[in-house]
Amino acid sequence: MADTPLLAAGTLPPSRPVTPAKGQPVPFRGGGFQPVPIRGVAILVFVLLIAALELGTRTGVISNLTMPPPSAIVETLWNLAASGRLWTHLYPSLTRLVIGAAIGTTLGIAIGTMIGLFSLARAGLVPLVSALFPIPKIALLPLFVIWFGIGESSKYALIAFGTFTPTVVATFGAVDNVDRTLIRMGQSFGLSWWSVVRKIVLPGAFPGILSGLRVSIAIGIILLVAAEMLGAEHGIGAYILEAGSLYDLERLFAGVTVLSVMGVTLSWLIGLLERRFLSWRS
Amino acid sequence: MDLVVDTLSHAYGNVTVLQDIDLTIPSGQIVCLVGPSGCGKSTLLRMIGGLERPTQGAVRLLGEPPRDSLNPLTFVFQHFALLPWRNVEDNIRLVLEDHRLPKAEVARIIDDVLARTRLTDFAKALPKQLSGGMKQRVAIARALAVRPACMLMDEPLSALDSQTRELLMEDLISLWTREPFTAVYVTHNLAEAVRLGHRVVVLSRRPGRVHDVVDIDIPLQDRHAGMPELEKTQAHLWELMRREAQVADMELIDG
Ligand SMILES: Nc1ncnc2c1ncn2[C@@H]1O[C@H](COP(=O)(O)OP(=O)(O)OP(=O)(O)O)[C@@H](O)[C@H]1O
Ligand SMILES: [Mg+2]
Repeated sequence: MADTPLLAAGTLPPSRPVTPAKGQPVPFRGGGFQPVPIRGVAILVFVLLIAALELGTRTGVISNLTMPPPSAIVETLWNLAASGRLWTHLYPSLTRLVIGAAIGTTLGIAIGTMIGLFSLARAGLVPLVSALFPIPKIALLPLFVIWFGIGESSKYALIAFGTFTPTVVATFGAVDNVDRTLIRMGQSFGLSWWSVVRKIVLPGAFPGILSGLRVSIAIGIILLVAAEMLGAEHGIGAYILEAGSLYDLERLFAGVTVLSVMGVTLSWLIGLLERRFLSWRS
Repeated sequence: MDLVVDTLSHAYGNVTVLQDIDLTIPSGQIVCLVGPSGCGKSTLLRMIGGLERPTQGAVRLLGEPPRDSLNPLTFVFQHFALLPWRNVEDNIRLVLEDHRLPKAEVARIIDDVLARTRLTDFAKALPKQLSGGMKQRVAIARALAVRPACMLMDEPLSALDSQTRELLMEDLISLWTREPFTAVYVTHNLAEAVRLGHRVVVLSRRPGRVHDVVDIDIPLQDRHAGMPELEKTQAHLWELMRREAQVADMELIDG
């Protein structure tokens, strides 16, 4: 270094350029890969899409046999709500979803936590869960009808089973990812086993469990509709099936809209939970 | 209460990490453990704290820990190990909750340790809002809350920048001068070792053995950065470590 100086002493360039206008600016290469939330875009996409459909169906570009105009769907929905029939369908659907998903996710979180904590549970149950996970649960519906009858229980069972497996997988993944140094810290302060689980493992796994819940709820809605199509007097699934068999596209789309609103609402509720309980994340 | 490490050896599989370690940690003193990377300092500390079992030998407590000590052997971790979902105060409360203390007593302890670490104004802050130095002060406050008989500190300052490190070192010295505590202090930084250690134990490269023990008689509060005597001791320690560190650096991890 000493005998091959990069810049000989005395020839150092002045620290401030004499003619600042000269020279190229350094080209910018950073940026991107960092999606940020933009307000209003989602609404804009919806509005544009609906406006295009409305225009298309009104002008006849889109045949009325394939797609009813959105305004007609809204009207159908409105009538449905005004007559009170929306509630007669929505109430049993929501009940089924809530009871089924509550059973499935509660069991899923319990089993997932056990797999995360105990070697024996892990060795015994992980292969079982892996075997159950890829089974399309809808295929089991006839079996559930045989086991639990055509009534409500088979629907609860289907939804519970469908939400159970993704919850288990998400939960034990989340428990595995809890920072081990936090657990050692708890032990080093003499916390009881139960305190370590309750105050360190479960809160640490909570973000992962919640994101698993998003998936489970979506699966729950899919299975709800499937179960209701197979045998239910009331319920959104039954409503859609009836409309479909009468080729009543307006009611069919009204039903689908209700489902979609249901999904968005539930995901919004989970978002609320996340904002309320996970504000500690940086 | 003194701590004695009695001919302790440890191996992970067939890799011997520690061999025949004999060590006494006298009550009220800070013992610094230095040694090249991978020589087993953290492992030894975990064994002293009962988080891991040695394959041979034992760590013994001589005498009873003080009556009021809630957790005689208490760790301070390099990366703080604060629960991110609990604020400062609740992070400290965590380690008191299992002891069934009266509410007022818990509040008194928390107030006391927050005051001693100058964190009173930050009681409600979440860890993500704090700088590294503040987080480590919270961790130290949490350790003080259980009135440890011996603090086990694994490179507590090495995740911090050098200015913060200097400030925290002064904090530790003033904490010790006001109320002497026992500590085993693992560090890579010889400057820290000569500032904080009453005794510096130099470990050899893996398998770690006690290479040398250097006692420093200058009282902690009289030491300051750049003191000639400390510089001399530090240079001596560096001489002891230099060759070990060089060879250790060249070794393959699984060798
Ligand atoms: N749980 C473990 N299983 C197997 N090997 C381990 C384990 N923990 C540590 N080791 C090995 O033991 C040796 C000593 O590790 P240790 O972390 O105690 O060293 P250290 O002196 O603290 O190193 P550093 O200065 O880098 O912190 C290392 O070679 C490490 O790879
Ligand atoms: Mg270490």
